[in-house]
Amino acid sequence: MSATSEILPLDAPRLLTATPVLQMESVSRRFGDVVALEDVSATVYPGEVLGIMGESGSGKSTLLRLMNLEDSPDKGDYRLDIPGAAGNLFDLDRYGRRMLRARHIGIVYQNPHLGLLMRNSSSGNVAERLLIAGERRFSELRARAGDALAASEFPLERMDAPPIELSGGMQQRVQLAKAIALEPVLLLLDEPTTGLDVSVQALVLDTLKRLQRDRAITMVLVSHDLGVIRTMADRVMVMRRGRVVEEGLADQIFQDPQHEYTQALVHAKL
Amino acid sequence: MPNCESDMTDDIAVLAHPRTKVAQSSATQAVLEVENLTKHFEMHHLGERLFAFEGVTFRLFPGQFLLVTGRNGAGKSTLLRTLYRSYRPKGGHVWLDTAEGRIDLARAADVDIALLRRREIGFVTQFLNPRPRVTAEDIVAEPLRLAGRQKGEAVDEARRWLGEFGVKRELWAAYPSTFSGGEQQKVNLARALILPQRLLMLDEPTASLDVNARHALIRRLSALKEAGIAMVGVFHHRADIADLVDSELDLTTQEVHHVAE
Repeated sequence: MSATSEILPLDAPRLLTATPVLQMESVSRRFGDVVALEDVSATVYPGEVLGIMGESGSGKSTLLRLMNLEDSPDKGDYRLDIPGAAGNLFDLDRYGRRMLRARHIGIVYQNPHLGLLMRNSSSGNVAERLLIAGERRFSELRARAGDALAASEFPLERMDAPPIELSGGMQQRVQLAKAIALEPVLLLLDEPTTGLDVSVQALVLDTLKRLQRDRAITMVLVSHDLGVIRTMADRVMVMRRGRVVEEGLADQIFQDPQHEYTQALVHAKL
Repeated sequence: MPNCESDMTDDIAVLAHPRTKVAQSSATQAVLEVENLTKHFEMHHLGERLFAFEGVTFRLFPGQFLLVTGRNGAGKSTLLRTLYRSYRPKGGHVWLDTAEGRIDLARAADVDIALLRRREIGFVTQFLNPRPRVTAEDIVAEPLRLAGRQKGEAVDEARRWLGEFGVKRELWAAYPSTFSGGEQQKVNLARALILPQRLLMLDEPTASLDVNARHALIRRLSALKEAGIAMVGVFHHRADIADLVDSELDLTTQEVHHVAE
């Protein structure tokens, strides 16, 4: 029996004509002799949550960093549906990448130290995003930072506290507020709830769900926690050793996984 | 659903196809046309193929109710899940008549299936999937919110259906993860049936329901049927829905029997 059983191709004429928010084609990335990604393609449509799951070292975080233009692949093409962002985004120079990232892509890292200045105020961390976009009026900066923190369900009486004085769940909310402050076309989430205790994890996931429902934010969520993927994702990509082994609707991936590896992964869940 | 602004009665009205007309008119397009649908499961860790069903064929017109029967393990629930694409078919076609045209669900792209689940295909299971920190009324209102309704209006409608299915008022703003199985199932039904879809699949929805909730469910299904919604269902207690059934598909013999009027 092959790793993936024979299956009907999904080749019916398409109904949905919306332009994808994200299109990544044939991306490969090596670190020395280590193949991190091999011929990976991904498409994300407006308003959906794409979940990426796989064990440690499967390449999922490398893929997310490429989506955030923090890194360059050895080959591959990357497009976002953003006005003025034509062509392969991997061809942009550092400045072009930085501006595009600052204005159009939000990211929440597992480790808040990567996303926040831990000794600056929480509101200042969010306002930094708005400054990059050209907002200079203090009252506006503060009001808009407050709006973003409120949308992330951060208690506003603590908006001037530096993240270092906050709990892990609160730090993730500051990251989230910073990520959504400019209403990005794409929100990238790299293990956003890993390391949080279960009750806080539920609160953060609930906030993300609410944002997705009320603002229809398009998200890519990387997690090795199958429960998180199952709760959040509309579609799922399963990665192993730098390759996509299976893609499908979230319920199909969990109820009727086709690939041998996906079956092993899903059956291993407690 | 094409109409998301008006109240429930109007939602139903836009789908209206009188039943008698359906039965008599050969020109009516089938909502669902299933041809030679085949499903088996590859169990990689066992190196085995598990047979589910093969060559299932039937047609379903607006307002028709197909009851799926067969012995335990005949594949009744598997058939529903394969039609809904929670399971990937191994062969055959599942033609659905949609607002955008006819599409083969067996081969449709995942994003199209996700879209059709929001607009045209409903699925009622035996179990609620409660989410942490989401109240009963928010869970029920969610399909309306996703269809673009204002929050207040969606929650009002949700409360109406929670009441209809007999969920106690004091539970409406509580989290269903703490509810009993029966109460969870009522919330599940209210959510699943709040926004009428063109095609509705029902997987043992009366299991664990009390008599009042069962009657509320049958009333709701009757209204949806009158409004032209096509249904495929698996019911343990067939007496519950005897008056609704137009035809039966026996998965043990794979024969379709039409029920006399």
